[in-house]
Amino acid sequence: MSAARKVYLDYAAAAPVLPEVMEAMLPYFREFYGNPQSLHDWGDIAREAIEAARGQVAALIEVNPEEIIFTSSGSEANNLAIKGLAQAQAGKGKHLIVSAIEHFSVLNAARTMEKAGFELTVIPVDKNGLVDPDEVARNIRKDTVLVSIMHANGEAGSIQRIAEIADEVKKAGALFHTDAVASTGNITVNVKELGVDALSLAGNQFYGPKGSGALWVRKGLRLIPLMDGGVQEGGRRPGTEDVPAIVGLGKASESAKKNLNLRIEKTSKLRDKLIKGVLAKIDHAILTGHPDQRLPHHASFCIEFIEGESMLMLLNSQGIAVSSGSACTSRALKASHVLIAMGISHEIAQGSLLFTLGLDNNESDIDYVLENLPPIVDRLRQMSPLYSKFIKEQKR
Amino acid sequence: MPMYSDKVMDHFSNPRNVGEIKDADGIGEVGNPVCGDMMTFYIKVKDNRLEDVKFKTFGCGAAIAVSSMTSEMAKGKTLEEAVAITPSLVAKELEGLPKNKFHCSNLGAQALRKAIRDYANKKSIKIQGLDEKGDEDDEEHEEEKTC
Repeated sequence: MSAARKVYLDYAAAAPVLPEVMEAMLPYFREFYGNPQSLHDWGDIAREAIEAARGQVAALIEVNPEEIIFTSSGSEANNLAIKGLAQAQAGKGKHLIVSAIEHFSVLNAARTMEKAGFELTVIPVDKNGLVDPDEVARNIRKDTVLVSIMHANGEAGSIQRIAEIADEVKKAGALFHTDAVASTGNITVNVKELGVDALSLAGNQFYGPKGSGALWVRKGLRLIPLMDGGVQEGGRRPGTEDVPAIVGLGKASESAKKNLNLRIEKTSKLRDKLIKGVLAKIDHAILTGHPDQRLPHHASFCIEFIEGESMLMLLNSQGIAVSSGSACTSRALKASHVLIAMGISHEIAQGSLLFTLGLDNNESDIDYVLENLPPIVDRLRQMSPLYSKFIKEQKR
Repeated sequence: MPMYSDKVMDHFSNPRNVGEIKDADGIGEVGNPVCGDMMTFYIKVKDNRLEDVKFKTFGCGAAIAVSSMTSEMAKGKTLEEAVAITPSLVAKELEGLPKNKFHCSNLGAQALRKAIRDYANKKSIKIQGLDEKGDEDDEEHEEEKTC
């Protein structure tokens, strides 16, 4: 299908790297290709490049550079945090706490630890996708060694009250990790303010390259590596460093730090227009996630009586790219665990639509969506037995 | 987009026979929103033939295309011919479905058969090839498990 106009609103799935990010990366493919571990000029250049990037990433979240561990992705950073910290703490206790809306790289890593002999408590969220800090406090036990609650949720957009949760975790003497993959580079992520012990981030969420991630771990904390190998990243993440990706992550971090407020201002203005427009133009559309405490570039809805994949296909035919958490759009044919954890019924979760905005979007993109989405919804509703039932009986 | 054939895309983009039949002779409803698909088939029967077939579907692109194709295949057929429409025949006519969408093709044939059974029950007639006892409901539960 090819539409005259293309509007990309799926920046959380993938985003173009910034021009300056690509410029920064390019020399490290052909010109400065040395191995950072080598003891010659080629190695020195590569090593200096990754150390400079470490400084840039550290500056973005306001930590010491030596506390940054580069990884291949946010998923790897989350796995390393959950498995690495839990295993290192196993002598103290074997109880873990995560929230029900964690990314699968946290949730499933925790379940793997459960199989390996840990006990796992999964904390529920409220209808806005928020964890109650008291609920965390109530579930912390003497043998709780690690709590992991994400900073912002990529599907619902909700931003957790991490600092409050951190207070509870600290009081109990457990470690606190936060998955800040969806938030870093999009809102202020300051480790001192958050009060956490470990934090995951990924470059591809803020105009850096895919395959770039990092875990920050507070100095002095033990961490068992996921893989055995060499001395790279202090022995915590072996394997020859992906120098171009690391350089790209560094540059993206620098750009994010410099331009964060401008980005928030720009995308939140467009997001507000989108949310307002969708709710005004489409009946029985629900904004999912927290109404205000949400990522500035994030708008997620459930459109009742219709299904997400069919909406995605018709939007795509108009050149509009979005995501959905419906069962039909997932390979496993399961509705988004995030929406279900927020108490949204399977039926309504089927109508999930997720827009994530970026720097290349403008007002006319939003106008184009607001012009094209309502007739698509209407068309699918005319086909929907659930909608005709609702119209006849005026009840769900 | 999912790897859909041109035929699926055509039936999804221009679905045939969408709607309801007000004075339908038989209605068949299958699926479960938990699973992601719900289909209702309406049939109008004249001289043992499906004079008209209409449907409404809540579901993904495959579910909509399957409904459309099933309705098109059934229209004009005798009741015996229509109950012989199987999920794999529908999938074949659609030039295949992605593996994880194959369950959608069950629903189309099931909904059609259920509508025909509804008609047969109302008229107290037997139709060759249609089991006495409805097997659709069992399959339905099977779907729930797999979704």
